Amino acid sequence: MKLDSKIPSGPLAEKWTRYRSEIKLVNPANKRKYEIIVVGSGLAGAAAAASMGEMGYNVKCFCYQDSPRRAHSIAAQGGINAAKNYQNDGDSIHRLFYDTIKGGDFRAREANVHRLAEVSAEIIDQCAAQGVPFAREYGGHLANRSFGGAQVSRTFYARGQTGQQLLLGAYSALCRQIAAGTVKMYPRTEMLDLVLVDGHAKGIVVRDMVTGEISCHAADAVALGTGGYANVYDLSTNARGCNVTAAYRAYKRGALFANPCYTQIHPTCIPVSGDYQSKLTLMSESLRNDGRVWVPKKKGDTRKPHEIPEDERDYYLERKYPSYGNLAPRDISSRSAKEVCDEGRGVGPGGQGVYLDFSDSIERLGLAVIQERYGNLFEMYERITGEDAYKVPMRIYPALHYTMGGLWVDYNLMSNIPGLHVIGEANFSDHGANRLGASALMQGLADGYFVLPYTIGAYLADVRGKRPSVDQKEFQDVKKEVEEQTNRLVSIQGDRTVQSFHKELGKLMWDKAGMARNKKGLEEAIAKIPEIREEFWKNVRVPGSGEELNQELEKAGRLADFLEFGELLCRDALDRQESCGGHFREEHQTEDGEALRDDENYSYVSCWEHRGDNEKPALHKEPLVYEEVKMATRSYK
Amino acid sequence: MDLKLRVWRQKNRDAEGRLVEYDAKDIDPEMSFLEMLDVINERLVAAGDDPIAFDHDCREGICGACSATINGIPHGPQRATTVCQLHMRHFKDGDVLTIEPFRAKAFPVVRDLVVDRSAFDRIIEAGGFVSVRTGSAPEANTLPVPKQDADWAMDAASCIGCGACVAACKNASAMLFVAAKAGHLNTLPQGKPEKDRRVLSMVAAMDEAGFGNCTNQYECSAVCPKSISEDFIAQLNRDYLKASLKKCLMG
Repeated sequence: MKLDSKIPSGPLAEKWTRYRSEIKLVNPANKRKYEIIVVGSGLAGAAAAASMGEMGYNVKCFCYQDSPRRAHSIAAQGGINAAKNYQNDGDSIHRLFYDTIKGGDFRAREANVHRLAEVSAEIIDQCAAQGVPFAREYGGHLANRSFGGAQVSRTFYARGQTGQQLLLGAYSALCRQIAAGTVKMYPRTEMLDLVLVDGHAKGIVVRDMVTGEISCHAADAVALGTGGYANVYDLSTNARGCNVTAAYRAYKRGALFANPCYTQIHPTCIPVSGDYQSKLTLMSESLRNDGRVWVPKKKGDTRKPHEIPEDERDYYLERKYPSYGNLAPRDISSRSAKEVCDEGRGVGPGGQGVYLDFSDSIERLGLAVIQERYGNLFEMYERITGEDAYKVPMRIYPALHYTMGGLWVDYNLMSNIPGLHVIGEANFSDHGANRLGASALMQGLADGYFVLPYTIGAYLADVRGKRPSVDQKEFQDVKKEVEEQTNRLVSIQGDRTVQSFHKELGKLMWDKAGMARNKKGLEEAIAKIPEIREEFWKNVRVPGSGEELNQELEKAGRLADFLEFGELLCRDALDRQESCGGHFREEHQTEDGEALRDDENYSYVSCWEHRGDNEKPALHKEPLVYEEVKMATRSYK
Repeated sequence: MDLKLRVWRQKNRDAEGRLVEYDAKDIDPEMSFLEMLDVINERLVAAGDDPIAFDHDCREGICGACSATINGIPHGPQRATTVCQLHMRHFKDGDVLTIEPFRAKAFPVVRDLVVDRSAFDRIIEAGGFVSVRTGSAPEANTLPVPKQDADWAMDAASCIGCGACVAACKNASAMLFVAAKAGHLNTLPQGKPEKDRRVLSMVAAMDEAGFGNCTNQYECSAVCPKSISEDFIAQLNRDYLKASLKKCLMG
């Protein structure tokens, strides 16, 4: 398979500007003749649907939530990066570009990342004009904060609710277009398959989650903004509904899935409290500025934290990484926490937690300072755990948080299936093997507001032939397959609940393909997942029917795809015999436990092609050619 | 601990609903309220019954999907907390919990605890936005916003659109929801040009959707999981009065 990334020629810094003025335009009178389907209403989906509706296209936008305002972008706390250089600290497009490439451990595509850095400033302008209430200085100008992986202060924020405010901005733009009649919104509607006509993506099959009706929608182009796949681990910081189905169905119809093994784990989440746990909650990493991480030196020490004397505590980050200490990078501090817990020194219920202790800081700075800095986080912690972290140390543990892999796209954000575009977390393009903090919001909005609305023209201007009718065989065949799967799920009537399977898959993924991976574990997972899948299809119990609001059926359909996708993730992790970014192979590390990249053999994008159910997928490689940047060891020492 | 639940069960929009009793045995006080419902549902499914349908998604109090009234209080007894963030340690062994959907004429029940809140989307579509084209925005710092205005706007903008305000109101009024969005945009210079049109059309959309009138009892603010202040209602009334007068006088 020939993978053409369609990166424009010319110097890196001029590619996008030049290309943008050369992309074929669609005549305004013709735009209204085109229909575009956007699946997902998060930052990428809502921004794209609103912008393309405003440009004159007819847009249909679908989301599984009851309102487009609830997409999971809403949960992002920290902020959004932009190369504005408002702080006069030497920031520039080039610096943001370089930080993102380096943060991604040199596994992202140069040209895409440069474009992201270029449009970052426009995003802030757009959002401010929409009325996003960004934090301000007393002079009325926009405030910034600093974030990991950068030496400049370029992160814009709205309290701890930046994702919410940006999403509500995009949602308001979307609502404006819905009122104007250019976008038709389909909430509580889940995409269950993609329809190809003559090899082009021309529509989708969806299920109305209230009535259960399965219907077809035809369009001239399809854009997926359906988010990441962290819920393959069952427990993650993602919303419960986040799923891989839309992307995975596209994969099964021929779209390449790129780098599924690149997953990001966040070190400061609230630990699991029991086996009923339904999700993990993230707390800002800034807590590590004043908290000290420790566990007891003794295994199985059940004493209360204050009963453990100083010399029986192991401040393991300070011990192992004396220069960075408690501020060691995300991946290193996550893995170290796992290590001490695996040794049996973890704290809290189930022993899956470490202490984050503020008592020294409170003594040094006073309670008031700590309250002022972290009051809202302590409150959130109290609400969930019932513990007062001013008095007893917090317990934290790493959790799955974001997925850098996704469907393969070219420079136009189009997958290898003509007409199928992929935006936001659902694509693979910008973060390489690791995403920097405050860059997810930037990428979602860049794709949605400033890239796809232009680049989709490159496809549409060339489209010949009429939009197919949903009565065509191609649509009806796919619809039949979807109906059959739904009927199959409700007719098994076995003994086990959907959640019991999800938990089983999630635990396996976490143990074998989580923070640290090795050949043996990955091979075990690859052998085990098909067994769980088989058992699922024999023994799952989905009550009720397909013709009603049926949340168990929704979960079962999503899990069916996770049960296949998990295997793909493990295969990718097994193939990549190096450690880079969020992918850590135990066989490939330096003496002090740092990730060891292998640029000679692995500087490529792994693109997986579906070959049929229960068949091994085929691997295609897009080599990463760096024109501007020299690959270097990612070091934060 | 062991609890008794009385849960509203309703098959669909047109079906009759009723309260059904369930024993909730061995509930861990560390569970969140929704995790408790998950556990009950796992047991119901295992026993061959239909699980209780309820809306939820982020489970960290920000998406606004979860919605249930517990013993008459939307989102339950803990202040400034969505039902997904409410934990069972706030209840005690032997408690009887009556769990109902958010009730309002404008929020028809879809199934069990799931209601249709699309009326909120229609209100935003009527004017809850600033009309700015993608790509046409001026450089962000060319329009300074006084910090206190930005903070005030942010207080309003933190609304999660859950609908608890409506469910708590004896008139099922959506005033706090509308006031939060209008207050957010009308306070900022970016939102000023459309201020009059915004309040008039959003209030009209609220009326059209079947929400009731506000009689200033502020139950809404008391149950709001984001503690949005009733002061925004005052601001909306003021803005509405001004806009109506202008419309009367100037046509």
